[in-house]
Amino acid sequence: MATQIQTAAGSAAARDVPAATPIPRLQIPELDKCIQCGFCLQACPTYRLLGVEPESPRGRIHLIEAAAQGRIPIDARFEEHMYVCLGCRACETACPAGVKFGTIIEAARAEIGPTGTPLARRMTLAALRHLMPYPGRLRTGAILLRLYQRSGLGRLARALHLMPRRLAEMESLLPPVPSRFFAPSHEVYPAIGERRARVGLLSGCVMSLLFADVNDATIRVLQRNGCDVVVPRGQGCCGALNIHNGEREAAKQMARRNIETFLAAGVDAVVINAAGCGAASKEYHVLFRGDDPAYAERAETYSRLCRDASEFLVHLGLVGRLGEVRARVTYQDPCHLLHGQGIRRQPRDLLRRIPGLELVELEGSDRCCGSAGIYNVVQPGYSRRILDEKMDAVARTGAEMLVAPNPGCMLQLAAGVRMHGLATEVHHLIDLLDRAYAAAEKAPAADAPRA
Amino acid sequence: MELADVRRRIEDRDALAGALRDALEPARVFTQPVDLIAYEYDGSALTSLPDLVVLPTTAAEVAAVVRIAGRFDVPVVARGSGTGLSGGAIAPIGGIVVSMSKMRRILSVDLDNRCAVVEPGVINLDVTHEVERDGYFYAPDPSSQSACSIGGNVANNSGGVHTLAFGVTTNHVLGLEIVLPDGTIAAIADRGPDAPGLDLAGLIVGSEGTIGIVTKVTVRLMRSREAVRTMLGIFATIEAASEAVADIIASGIGPTSLEMLDRLTVEAVEPAVHAGLPLDAGAVLLVEVEGVRECLARSARVVEELCRRNGAREVRTAATEEERHLYWAARKGAFGAMGRLAPNYFLHDAVVPRSQLPAIMHQIVEIAGRYGIRVANVFHAGDGNLHPLVPYDAATPGEIERVLQASEEMLAACVAVGGTISGEHGIGFEKNNYMPWIFSDADLAAQRRLKTAFDPDDRMNPYKVLPTPVSCGELLTRRPPRLAASGLWI
Repeated sequence: MATQIQTAAGSAAARDVPAATPIPRLQIPELDKCIQCGFCLQACPTYRLLGVEPESPRGRIHLIEAAAQGRIPIDARFEEHMYVCLGCRACETACPAGVKFGTIIEAARAEIGPTGTPLARRMTLAALRHLMPYPGRLRTGAILLRLYQRSGLGRLARALHLMPRRLAEMESLLPPVPSRFFAPSHEVYPAIGERRARVGLLSGCVMSLLFADVNDATIRVLQRNGCDVVVPRGQGCCGALNIHNGEREAAKQMARRNIETFLAAGVDAVVINAAGCGAASKEYHVLFRGDDPAYAERAETYSRLCRDASEFLVHLGLVGRLGEVRARVTYQDPCHLLHGQGIRRQPRDLLRRIPGLELVELEGSDRCCGSAGIYNVVQPGYSRRILDEKMDAVARTGAEMLVAPNPGCMLQLAAGVRMHGLATEVHHLIDLLDRAYAAAEKAPAADAPRA
Repeated sequence: MELADVRRRIEDRDALAGALRDALEPARVFTQPVDLIAYEYDGSALTSLPDLVVLPTTAAEVAAVVRIAGRFDVPVVARGSGTGLSGGAIAPIGGIVVSMSKMRRILSVDLDNRCAVVEPGVINLDVTHEVERDGYFYAPDPSSQSACSIGGNVANNSGGVHTLAFGVTTNHVLGLEIVLPDGTIAAIADRGPDAPGLDLAGLIVGSEGTIGIVTKVTVRLMRSREAVRTMLGIFATIEAASEAVADIIASGIGPTSLEMLDRLTVEAVEPAVHAGLPLDAGAVLLVEVEGVRECLARSARVVEELCRRNGAREVRTAATEEERHLYWAARKGAFGAMGRLAPNYFLHDAVVPRSQLPAIMHQIVEIAGRYGIRVANVFHAGDGNLHPLVPYDAATPGEIERVLQASEEMLAACVAVGGTISGEHGIGFEKNNYMPWIFSDADLAAQRRLKTAFDPDDRMNPYKVLPTPVSCGELLTRRPPRLAASGLWI
């Protein structure tokens, strides 16, 4: 990392640097590791798009360090650079020094709060503080959205051009809200066959409301692999979106709730089927290290239990008969799985285990799809350009199915598929495993190889 | 004298910014501190804030910027990807930084004549990516090739891990287009085996932006060899590995690459790359042989035998392309990985006659010991091009002075045995005041006369390459202690 001297106190440039006060909270140890080698530049989607240093990982790190030292103020331009970032963390994979960029950008955003116009800022903050922590309110929101979608009001408004373009774009990203939400019938689902582990399932907020089937499938696949699956009722949203958008107060409460709930459940592992939630859960200690070091340790105890579903299954060793899923499949690495958790091999290994499934690599699968939490809502222009490039690559694979085990990616990619008129189905990895198990049950035993 | 005393004052900054905004688009002229601060550094440890940053997209725009700079009498500093290691892309006395990062098109590829025309902002590795499907590659491959630009390579006459076999950038540049300090655009075309006229491309490649700003480069493409084998010799000491280097070169098998990593380097880079490098070895020698498939087995046997004869405890061969990539990733990520050892590092780019390698390695270890500093050695052993890296913490009082002094002593030791002060990183603002170590006053005056012929007002990248009244040491030693030292970290 570079520290800097004030060049020529009397010079124009130096004179124009406004006075700002140092921000000790922002002087985090992660800043120290960056020595500005530039290996992150080409890994960064926004640097590739814009070609300017302040929209690169090392540029942003340098700006954050300068703000921490009080050399520059946290102004509108600073905020822009912090929020044009997708938070995809591809720079972390590229970094030879192991700089944790995610931690750095989250710290900077915590100083800014959510981005946007004053109104958008207030709305985002309200949603993060008063909606995300409350599963009941989220559910009500989803029901209202479902009513709206089915009423045809949206179609009418669009037909009459009553809806602002921006809002219409945002709406086009939303899938139809399913008629059924995730509603666990048991607190504990028993293992099938020999009991090999007792695991907790983080059911998640978006996963529970928009991808109930995937949660059900996750439970079934874990059961078939000899796991007692605990789905504690006390759990809630992990707070990842809060952390990514500069809201830490509610995030801490949400983290505490999940930490306490799962530690009380006495599980060997907490299985997470959403990459974003997994990455956030594995880094909870960062939230607390500033003002509650003791709790940071407890958070780390919890983090050590957290496993992505693919990571957990490969480590445990897949058992049971897998039937055929005949399809050409390609795989998009969710950023917070590959870059946030360093998981690349396991999902591919699992896909390759499925008989009949042909896995073709997606060019640039390690690059963000542009979803990036709520990025596609906050920065629709850049997000769309990134998505278009992704869809071209998907089309070139000729795959019938696109696997991306993270809700944000699945929503974004499904929207991309719709917009580009592709026939590709978007799936969660667990979906296909569950299908393979189901196929084996239907097929005569001799046809299906054991996993 | 301090840099503040020589910083160029800009009388009417608003008028200058206005003129630039008219010539480019307003969005491509940066004047806000938040943006400028992202251009105060490059890959070296030096920083200095520019007055303005512009991002041209065409040669005509570059020419307009240069003309405006002339009108306002402001220095112009061209910048590629900002991965340079000698402060070449920073503006020590202020001025306009011209970032070439938006000029990144590959304009044409001509496989029949084995060349490509590219804009200077094109990333080095992207040239190879463009033609590798057809069995071609662009030979100069600096460790930073995934990030550095062709323009930056031309400025610094960059080498790489295959310099041993293929030479440096100047051997692979066939033609150039350049914006001269008066704003004219000159084509330095068709550099054949013996092109007519003066070899201006030879002058411009390696001139570090002090003659003009290159806006187009015709690069040579090479045919990939039929087969390649990458091997790893594991030694107890750097001296033993250096002896093996000498023997391998003497054997005449012509390896394309001979790279050395010492223990501290492996310690830094292995956690990032997971290439399976041994953490307990004194030195790892990376050897690559290329050529006709049938020849490789014999070449590899010779390499293995010579490594073992010099005490290698193990010689590995990359079994898969993936493993080969991992070995190279370890070598190429070495500088960046220094961030794991300390917040800062300082390095020199000294060259010694290959025969002096074992002796000089011994001396470097001795010097480091005397100053109580750590030193990581990762270098182009085949070229005798050393990179002693000294990790340090700028926040520790007195540490910078110690590091600078020790590094300088290492450099002096290299020069003393007939070496020189730079192999491939350029002189920039970091080593310009070491130039008198290797050149006489008359030598330097000759260089200065040539530079003045093109740039009489010393507008293009001033304070670089040739000696100046102020050294870069000021930029290093005047750093304010970070709050880390005062215990304010959370």
